[in-house]
Amino acid sequence: MKRKLYQDIRFYIAVLIVIIPFLFPLVWIIVSSFKTQSQIITMPPEWIFTPTLENYKSVFVENKFGKFLFNSSLIAVLSTLFSLILGLPAAYTIARFKQKSLGVFILVARLMPGISFLIPWYIIFSKIGMTDTFTALIASHMLVGLPLVVWIMVNFIDDLPYELEESAKVDGCTRQGTFMRIILPLSKPGIMTASTLTFMFSWNNFMFSLALSADRTKTLPIAIYNFVSYAEISWGRVMAAAVIIIAPAIIITMLFQRYVIKGLTMGAVKG
Amino acid sequence: MNQFFRRSNDFVDRNIQWIFPLPAVLFVLIMMAFPVIFTFGVSMTDWSMTVPGSGHFIGLKNYVNMLKDQRFYNSVWLTFYFTILAVGVETVLGVAIALVLNREFIGKNVVKTILLLPMVTTPVAIGLAWTLFYEPTIGLGNYMLKILGLPTSKWLASNAAVIPSIALVDIWEWTPMVILIALAGLAGLPVEPYESAVVDGAKPFQILRYITLPLLMPTILIAVVLRCIDAFKTFDIIYTMTRGGPGHSSETLNIYAYSLGFGYFHFGSASSVLLALFAIVMGSSLLMLWMRKLGSDRI
Repeated sequence: MKRKLYQDIRFYIAVLIVIIPFLFPLVWIIVSSFKTQSQIITMPPEWIFTPTLENYKSVFVENKFGKFLFNSSLIAVLSTLFSLILGLPAAYTIARFKQKSLGVFILVARLMPGISFLIPWYIIFSKIGMTDTFTALIASHMLVGLPLVVWIMVNFIDDLPYELEESAKVDGCTRQGTFMRIILPLSKPGIMTASTLTFMFSWNNFMFSLALSADRTKTLPIAIYNFVSYAEISWGRVMAAAVIIIAPAIIITMLFQRYVIKGLTMGAVKG
Repeated sequence: MNQFFRRSNDFVDRNIQWIFPLPAVLFVLIMMAFPVIFTFGVSMTDWSMTVPGSGHFIGLKNYVNMLKDQRFYNSVWLTFYFTILAVGVETVLGVAIALVLNREFIGKNVVKTILLLPMVTTPVAIGLAWTLFYEPTIGLGNYMLKILGLPTSKWLASNAAVIPSIALVDIWEWTPMVILIALAGLAGLPVEPYESAVVDGAKPFQILRYITLPLLMPTILIAVVLRCIDAFKTFDIIYTMTRGGPGHSSETLNIYAYSLGFGYFHFGSASSVLLALFAIVMGSSLLMLWMRKLGSDRI
């Protein structure tokens, strides 16, 4: 009994040693966001201090983060929605009719470096006057989201029992009716996984927004990156901005941990 | 009206194989296939946005120039260096941690959630936070080295340390992915080999070396492939932390192509680098997927 307790203590110390390095930078960002510039650069770091909300205030008032928060949310929500609308029917037929080459074609987009499309997009969007529009930003983010939705949903629909569809067919249901009334309701966990990841990838996207957005459609990652271009970096504001931008991802992960793990490790456990 | 509705419904039912995937395929064609062909065309021109009247067909000259350019080889080398260093450490560390965590315990879900956080937090924000950490005079990094009695480093400002410093951020972000994949793999291992090993009196290290690791190998390989594909394309953290500097010391292919395209607006030469990057990424991805297939066939 005593030996068991001793082993348990040793195990939990090992767990702590493992997770502290992963957690520490995030805790440090959050703590620093409540500090003044001089407190942040004081070494050794102070853990007991009077927290200030000044950084958050200036980020929202002077740097207009409210607007960027809105832009990021709009782009992430709509690109996720449209990725689902295009991706779900495609995933259904790819899974059911074994359209392997079609699946591979869409998945090539997952392998390709995003920058391969960036210069042509920039040239074409400039020519037709579409840089700095929400349409261009949403379409570019969808090129990440759509393959993700297809990839996750093909794997998911593959595992659904075929018998249900058969009996719907016998009852005179069309295939699109089967898709709407049987496949979609059964796919809820898969759709949760796909949309959580698609949303987060759009929310975090930097490269596409860097080239395609300007004042009107600027997203949070670009806004926070712009802090670097000031002569003296206000680290307190950077940290406050970082907290604003990472908070949704952290909340989503805590709420939907199961789905996020599934999505991120997908393809590893299965074919 | 009703008749029309029924007939179009019938039509969709009969042709669902191509009607359902059509919008997605059209979207990918317009947004991906067309740009790649366009890039191929531009790579044969001397098009530069800063030079009026440019855009003439010059054949393969951009490619010839690229192959003569020291900066190109430097970026190819740095891309591989970064990928191998980061993925190598992530794999060893990830599998080791997974072996420690591979048992039921109270709080396992909390640990898993914490491990997910580095992966889901915005890379730009993470890059900036680590930039402060690496700041030579006011950063926490050198302070920690001093406490440990080690010599301080210039981190991102040093030619030699910049790639390992950026790789460390990637390791922080992505080791958890290897841990989670390896944990899923460990959970699916058969119990019989372990039972007979215990009967035969095998020592824990022997079990690890001759049973667990070989059985886990296909899973580890998949994790390595997935990580390599993404590490190769790393852009966000490198661009926010160094933009390829100091000099060109952290200029991977991605960063090199971006600065040619959007720093100098030399679309012609940028396009040739993009196609080289595209070829290298697709080539090594396919090679790795093929190797993985060979590996799984053998098992």
